[in-house]
Amino acid sequence: MELILVNLIDGLVTGLLLFMLSAGLTLIFSMMGVLNFAHASFYMLGAYFAFQISLALGFWMGLLIAPIVVGVLGAGVERYGLRRVHQYGHVPELIFTFGLALLIEEVVQFLWGKNQMAYNVPEVLNFTAFAIAGNSIPAYKIFMIFISIAIFIGLLYILTKTRVGMIIQAALSYPKTVEALGHNVPLVFMGVFGVGTALAGVAGVIAGPVLGTFPGMAFVLGSIVFVTIVIGGLGSLWGALVASLLIGWITTFAKSYNILMSDILNAVGIATPENLDDNIFRDLWTITSPQIADILPYILMVLILIFRPYGLLGNRDA
Amino acid sequence: MSTLSNTTASPLRAGSMILPAAPWIIGALLLCVLPWIFNNNSSITIMNQMWITVIFALAYNMLLGQGGMLSFGHAVYMGMGGFFCMHIMNYVEDFGVALPLPLLPLFGGLFGMGFAMIIGAFSTSGSGVRFAMISLGVGELIAACSIIIVAFFGGEEGISGDRTYGLPFFGVEFLKQIEVYYLISFWLLLSAFLMYLFSRTPVGRMANAVRDNPERAQFLGYSSRWVRFYSFMASGFFCGIAGALFAINYEILTEENLNASSSGVILLITFLGGVGFFFGPIIGAIAFTLLQTVLSLETELWAFYAGTLFLATVMYFPGGLAGLLMMHVPIFRLGNQKKLIMPYLKTLLPGAIGVLGVAALVEMIFHYRHAALGDNEMTIFWTTFDSHAILPWVVVGVVTALALYITKTNAPDLYETWGEANTPSGGGK
Repeated sequence: MELILVNLIDGLVTGLLLFMLSAGLTLIFSMMGVLNFAHASFYMLGAYFAFQISLALGFWMGLLIAPIVVGVLGAGVERYGLRRVHQYGHVPELIFTFGLALLIEEVVQFLWGKNQMAYNVPEVLNFTAFAIAGNSIPAYKIFMIFISIAIFIGLLYILTKTRVGMIIQAALSYPKTVEALGHNVPLVFMGVFGVGTALAGVAGVIAGPVLGTFPGMAFVLGSIVFVTIVIGGLGSLWGALVASLLIGWITTFAKSYNILMSDILNAVGIATPENLDDNIFRDLWTITSPQIADILPYILMVLILIFRPYGLLGNRDA
Repeated sequence: MSTLSNTTASPLRAGSMILPAAPWIIGALLLCVLPWIFNNNSSITIMNQMWITVIFALAYNMLLGQGGMLSFGHAVYMGMGGFFCMHIMNYVEDFGVALPLPLLPLFGGLFGMGFAMIIGAFSTSGSGVRFAMISLGVGELIAACSIIIVAFFGGEEGISGDRTYGLPFFGVEFLKQIEVYYLISFWLLLSAFLMYLFSRTPVGRMANAVRDNPERAQFLGYSSRWVRFYSFMASGFFCGIAGALFAINYEILTEENLNASSSGVILLITFLGGVGFFFGPIIGAIAFTLLQTVLSLETELWAFYAGTLFLATVMYFPGGLAGLLMMHVPIFRLGNQKKLIMPYLKTLLPGAIGVLGVAALVEMIFHYRHAALGDNEMTIFWTTFDSHAILPWVVVGVVTALALYITKTNAPDLYETWGEANTPSGGGK
């Protein structure tokens, strides 16, 4: 029972982190209709920038400045890269962001080398917040949860309650009409892209110390983020939240409970073959749930795409 | 893509089976002659790799260029074909079935096609984002499975085999690299020819129609889903052939043949070569393999340059290298090519120097930051100097800036001449 609580907290941290990335990605998607493959790369840039700033000014300035720098970079990419490629169609746009992801990884390796950076949890937060049945919960995890929830509430408030949010929502659905009303729609798009990448930057800043700051960090998380927004439904903010939490909890629970495939198969009523070594399906029998924890989201995505192509909370027309 | 396809006006009627024979004969002759020109072992190895990549890239372009489907997990079909062939090779060796090696790619192709049929059954119902995401998911799944399912994929170390199994085929045992070269070349020619024929069949033509306007194709009574499915199947077949040739050539297959970065590389190659033309991927595969093998000997940063080149291609030349070449065809038709020589020299020569200068600066920064302590000497463009001294930086910086400035001032002239060269003389101005 205690273990369930611990796993719930761990899964919540993973899920909320995933949500910070997928929230920006899904906003960008509903705006431009293009999946930004480089989104996780901006997350990585956030971590690296924050590391560099934290060397000089400390962790908190890193948390403040790095996302802004990442956001400005993202806006620049939209203004000078994507907007140019937009005229060629959607497939070149996807390919452009894909190439950008490759290039950012190379640039990061070029500037900081291939080794992991010594980017650590700040001293202030480096203590145990509380313990559940002997399992200590670090304060940094609680901090991550609070930051993510604060950002989600802030985003929701801006999108639904403010004038800027109204214009953004209108521009997502009817860009031509909004433009005719005198709003600068390209500027709105650039802004949303910048804010989306800045959110990814925030995620990078707070995830860097726990998940490690190394050139492969974008690749590790990159495709999971797409999986998240596809499962949640492309363009749906609530869907992104649900899917992020779902994935966070599924992978955490699969990793911490060692469920054997042979037990499941036996429970269904299939007996374990006598001579397992000669059996073609021997690997199927020896699979354990921690082994496949990382591919569970992909299985979920393929199933969702087959049976509910518009995602959990997605719009049927999208 | 519509901007690309309007330049492909060819004398061939849709569905016509009359082919220009010349490119194929020249290609076949080149394939035969090349190992006599570059006859050392390493260049034959490079060429083997190149031709396998050409088949793979052409098969990939059946989806991306001709069908408008962007796949992020296409290495899976090549890898699965390869893995299956490796198992056949081992099986034949153990049980002595009479199956000559040259026929092996056929089985790889059939297996690739079968696998594509399973995946295509649910992935081809839409193009665009949905198809791309399913391909990504399936790719990641198979790559992850290859580590878990040891019986088929061999786990981390992969599976290996021996291509010299069984009886010699007409006296050829495939011991030597050159014999494998001719086997690969034969299959390259055959598959390229078949893929070209496929693009000329009504199905191939409908694939283009579905790419450009699926709704309209549906109204004409074609099921765009089935058309996509057929392209996907055919592409899987040729990917399987490439995989089988990979298995024959390298005699080992690992998780690396299935993972996302291999899938990314083939996208890069195809787009670099140009998706709008049939021969685009061929150019792309040749250029990329050369870039990879030659440049990676010279510098650690080759992936950085390749990425930059790729991004520049997407942004400025979405037609790729092939598109760039084909832009010159109308000018040659009009006989205006001579007008372009001088502006080209005036712009591209300083441009090339500028690019090389930027590359030199990048290399110097890299050396300055990452070289071992005390190791201040670096060699670039056959010159050795101290990367911590100020003079080399000034020299390279000034040369680069100057070259880029000259390029910039001469570029408008090139644009103008380009416009003139594209105007038929007598008409217009």
